Amino acid sequence: MPKQTFILNGKSVTVDVHPDVRVLWVLRDILGVTGPKYGCGINVCKACTSHINGKAFNPCAVRVGDLKDQDRVTTIEGLAATDPGPGLHPMQQAWIDRDVPQCGYCQPGQIMAAVALVKKVRREGREIRESDLDKIRNICRCGTYHRIREAIEQGARNMK
Amino acid sequence: MSRTPERSTMHNDVVDDSPFEVRRRTFLGFVLAGSTLTVAADLSLGAPKAMAAVPSAPQIPEFYDLGDLQTDAALPTAQLITVVINKDGTASFEFPRTEVGQGILTSTTMILAEELDLPMSKIKVTMAPARPELVLNQLTGGSNTTVSTYTPVRVAAALARQRLLAAAASLFDANADRLISKGGVITDPVGGQTATYGQLAELAASNVVEQLEVVLRGRNTFKVIGKPTNRLDARAAVTGQKKFTTDLDVPGALPTMVCRAPQHKGTPKRLRNKAQILKMPGVTHVEMVDTGVAVRAKTFGQCIDAVRAMKVDWNPGPADGESDATVLAELRRAELPLVVPEIPGATVIDTDFAFAFRSTAALETYSAIADVRSDRAEIWAGLKVPILCAENISLMTGIPVNNVKVNVIDGGGSFGHKLFSDHALEAAQISMKMGVPVKLMWHRADEPRHGRLHPMATSRCRAVIVNDQVVSFEQRHTSVVTDFSHGLGEILTSMTDELPTGLGGLGFSESIFTLTQELPYNFGAVTQLLNEVNANYATGSMRNIYSPDVATANELTIDLIAKKLGVDPYQFRLNHLKDDRAKAVLKAVAKAGNWGRKMPKGMAQGIAVHKEYKGATACLVEIDCRPQTVNRDLGVKETYTGPRVTKAIIAVDPGLVINPTGLRAQMEGGFMDGMAMTLTASCHLKDGKFLEASWDNYFYTRQWNVPPKMDVIIVDSGIDQPGGAGEAAVAVSAAAVACAFTRAKGKVPAFFPTNHGEIGFRVKSFEPPIPASPTNGLKTTY
Repeated sequence: MPKQTFILNGKSVTVDVHPDVRVLWVLRDILGVTGPKYGCGINVCKACTSHINGKAFNPCAVRVGDLKDQDRVTTIEGLAATDPGPGLHPMQQAWIDRDVPQCGYCQPGQIMAAVALVKKVRREGREIRESDLDKIRNICRCGTYHRIREAIEQGARNMK
Repeated sequence: MSRTPERSTMHNDVVDDSPFEVRRRTFLGFVLAGSTLTVAADLSLGAPKAMAAVPSAPQIPEFYDLGDLQTDAALPTAQLITVVINKDGTASFEFPRTEVGQGILTSTTMILAEELDLPMSKIKVTMAPARPELVLNQLTGGSNTTVSTYTPVRVAAALARQRLLAAAASLFDANADRLISKGGVITDPVGGQTATYGQLAELAASNVVEQLEVVLRGRNTFKVIGKPTNRLDARAAVTGQKKFTTDLDVPGALPTMVCRAPQHKGTPKRLRNKAQILKMPGVTHVEMVDTGVAVRAKTFGQCIDAVRAMKVDWNPGPADGESDATVLAELRRAELPLVVPEIPGATVIDTDFAFAFRSTAALETYSAIADVRSDRAEIWAGLKVPILCAENISLMTGIPVNNVKVNVIDGGGSFGHKLFSDHALEAAQISMKMGVPVKLMWHRADEPRHGRLHPMATSRCRAVIVNDQVVSFEQRHTSVVTDFSHGLGEILTSMTDELPTGLGGLGFSESIFTLTQELPYNFGAVTQLLNEVNANYATGSMRNIYSPDVATANELTIDLIAKKLGVDPYQFRLNHLKDDRAKAVLKAVAKAGNWGRKMPKGMAQGIAVHKEYKGATACLVEIDCRPQTVNRDLGVKETYTGPRVTKAIIAVDPGLVINPTGLRAQMEGGFMDGMAMTLTASCHLKDGKFLEASWDNYFYTRQWNVPPKMDVIIVDSGIDQPGGAGEAAVAVSAAAVACAFTRAKGKVPAFFPTNHGEIGFRVKSFEPPIPASPTNGLKTTY
C-alpha cells in the first residue's frame, strides 16, 4: 500500500492508504480526526470544510494522493493554534458568545469557512459585506444562519 | 442585521405565597436507598389536569392537546427519574429524552440548578439509554420535553436540597429552617458552620426508600430559570469535540453503507457481482438486506466506491408508476366534502392548496452503530424513541429485549427524522447478517430518495360570510398517509379510554390531527377534518406535523376574507382572535414590524398568527419578489435564489420561559424551516422515484435566502408552566411568508413550495444510486 504524507494540524502524518481515498475519510476513518463532518460527500453541503495551506477546501473532494508532503491541512481541531492569541480562535469565541450552535453538526465547517472568507476579503483589501455572507454555501439544517452572520462580523473584528 | 435587547422580563408580581399556591406546589418525591444521596420523582408529576377545566370549547386542542396526551400517557405507572448527589459535590441526572439540537440538556440543567442551588457547571445531565420500564415515557417529540418534565425534575432537585439541608442541620445541630444553601454549600449564618454538598452527600443518603413531601419554589424567586444562558455543549461543538454517532470509536465497527433501489422503498432481488465487490480495496463484507445491498469497508470512501460498482437487480417499490400528478389526483379523489349548505345572500370564499413531499432529513444523515451477537445486541444512534427501537430489534433478532442495549447519542438534528429507528434497525440487520459490528451511514442521496418524507397534502377551506360576519369556516385536509408507528400511535392505543369525547373511533392520524389543529379565530361553525390515503411512502412529521400546511391554507384564506370585507388583514385577525395571548403576540409583531408601511411594487408584508404547544406565535415578514432579487446570480450553478424575505419578526408567548437564548434559537430556526416549506424546499416524484439527491437539489434555506433583518420578541403572559418551543415558529412562519408572497405577486399560489413547478437541477443517476466523490477540491479553495 502506498504511503501518503501531509501536515495535519502542524504535525507531519503518514498513512497507508490507497491514494484514491478522499482526504475526508483519511481524516475521519483512519486518523480519527472527526471535527470535519460528512453531510453529502460531493462538495455541496460544506460540512467538512477545513483549510489547506490557509485556504478553505472540502476534503470530501480531494484524493489523498493529490496532497503533497508539505501541504498543511488544518481541521477545526487545529484552528485555535493558527491564531497568535491564547485560547480559542476569535471566530470560535464569537460562535460561543453568540450561542450560534444548535445541534452543532455543521458548525466546524461553518467556522472554518468563515475564517477563510474573512482572510479572502482581506487579501482583496476589504472587510466582509452582506453580499459575502449571502454567498456562503454551508448548510445549517437547524437554521442558525442569522447568528452565523452576526458571529462572523464579530469574529472578523477580532481577527488580527 | 438587528437584534432587540432582552425583552424577556419575568413577572415579579405572581401570587406565590397564598396558602393555596403553597399547597398546590407541594409534591411527593422519593429518597432512594444508596451510598450517596439519590432522590427521585415520578415522571408523571405535575401533569396539568387539563380535563378538569374543560370549557365548552368547540375545538379539542384548546383544552386537551397532543402534549397533554403525551404527558398523561405516563400517569398510571410509577416512572422514576433519578438525581444523584455525588461525593465530589456534583449532581448527575440521566434524562430520558434526546438532545438533537433543541437545547434540552442546557435548559434541564438550568431547572436542576434552580432547585438545587448548585452552579450549572457542577450538574451533569446525560441522555439515558433505552429504559423499557418507562414504556411510553421516553419519546422526544411534539415539543413536549419541557412541558412534561419541568415539574418532576424540579421535585427531584428540590427534594435533594431539602435532604442536604436536613443533613447539614443534624451536622451543625441547628434548625434546618435557618440554614442557607448557595452554590453547593450550606451555611449556618448563626453558628458560622459550612458544609459542601459533597461532604453531605453520604450523610443525606438513605438505607431505605422514603417518600417525602417537598415544596417547590415560586416563580418570583427564580435566579436561573428565565436567565439567558448559552448552550453547555457550545464549546465542544465549535472545537470539533462534540461526538455524533459516526464520530464514535466502537471497536470493530467499520464503515458500512447500503446500495439502494432506484425507486422509493424498492427492494433488492440479486447482487450480480458480489465476488468483484468483495475484491475492491478496503471491502470486508457484502450482504443483501431488506433495504438493499450492504457493504462494509475500511473507509466510507471505499463503501461509496463499492456501492457505485454494484450490479443489482431490483424489485420495484410500492409507488411504482406514481408521480406528483398521480398522487395529487388520488388526494383530490379522497377529499372529504365541504358541507355547509348554500345560504341565500351569503358570500362564499373557497380556497384550495396543494403541498409537495418534503424531506425531513437532518444534516447528519441516518447513522447507527450496531453490534449484534447471537445472544445480545448493542446500538449507538440518535434516537428519539429508543425503547421502541430496542423492542423492534428484539423482535427482528429474537434476542430478549433486556439483552438489547440502546445507547442514545447526540443527534445532528432531527426535525422528526429520528422519531423513527430506520437507521438502527437497518444497522442491526446488517450486523446480524455480517456477524461483525458495523458503523452504518446513509449517503446524502439516500435521504430524499429513501428517507422519511413530510407527506404530500391538499388543504381546502371554505368560509361563508353573511352580513359581513364569518358564520362558518370549514377545512378539509387530505394527506398521503402519515406514519405514526414511532410510538405516538402506541400512546394513543393505550390511552383510548382516557381521551376526550370527540376522539373515540378516529384513527391515529385523525386523532393527532384533532389534537394539534386549532383555528384560533371566532368564525362561527368551524370544522377541520383530515383524510389520508396512499401508504406507499416512508413518511413522518417534519418539525410540526400537519400545522405548517394547515396554517398556510388558513391564513391565506383569512387574508382573502379580510380583502373581501375591505378590512385590514391585521385588524381583521385582531378582531376575530379568541385568545388574549394570540392577540398580544400579533400586536407585538405588527408594532415592531411597522405593519402597513408602504412597500415598493413587487415587495409586500405578510402577517400570521398560530396557537399550538400551549403557547402562541405571530410572524411578520417583508418579501422582495422583484426580478432583480428573484434572479440573483451567485455565480454557482444549481443555486436557487428566488424571492428574498428581507425582514422577519417573530413574537412568541411560550408560557414560562426557561432559557430565552434557546427559545430565540428555536424561533429563528423554526422560521428557516417555515420559509423553506413555502418558497423553496420539496421533493419531486416521478415514476416512483424521488429526483432530489443533494442539498443543491433539495432547496432548504441557505444563506442567500436568510432575511438580513430578523428579530424575536418574547411576550410574557405571566403563566407559570412552560410550553413547547421546538416547532412553535414553523407554521406561523410558513403562513406569513405565503401571505407576503401572495400580496407581492398579486396572485394566490395553488401549490407549495412556490417553486415546485420548476426543476432547477440536473437529476443525479439512479443506477448507481449515489454520485461519485469529486476529485477537483483543490481547484475550489478560497
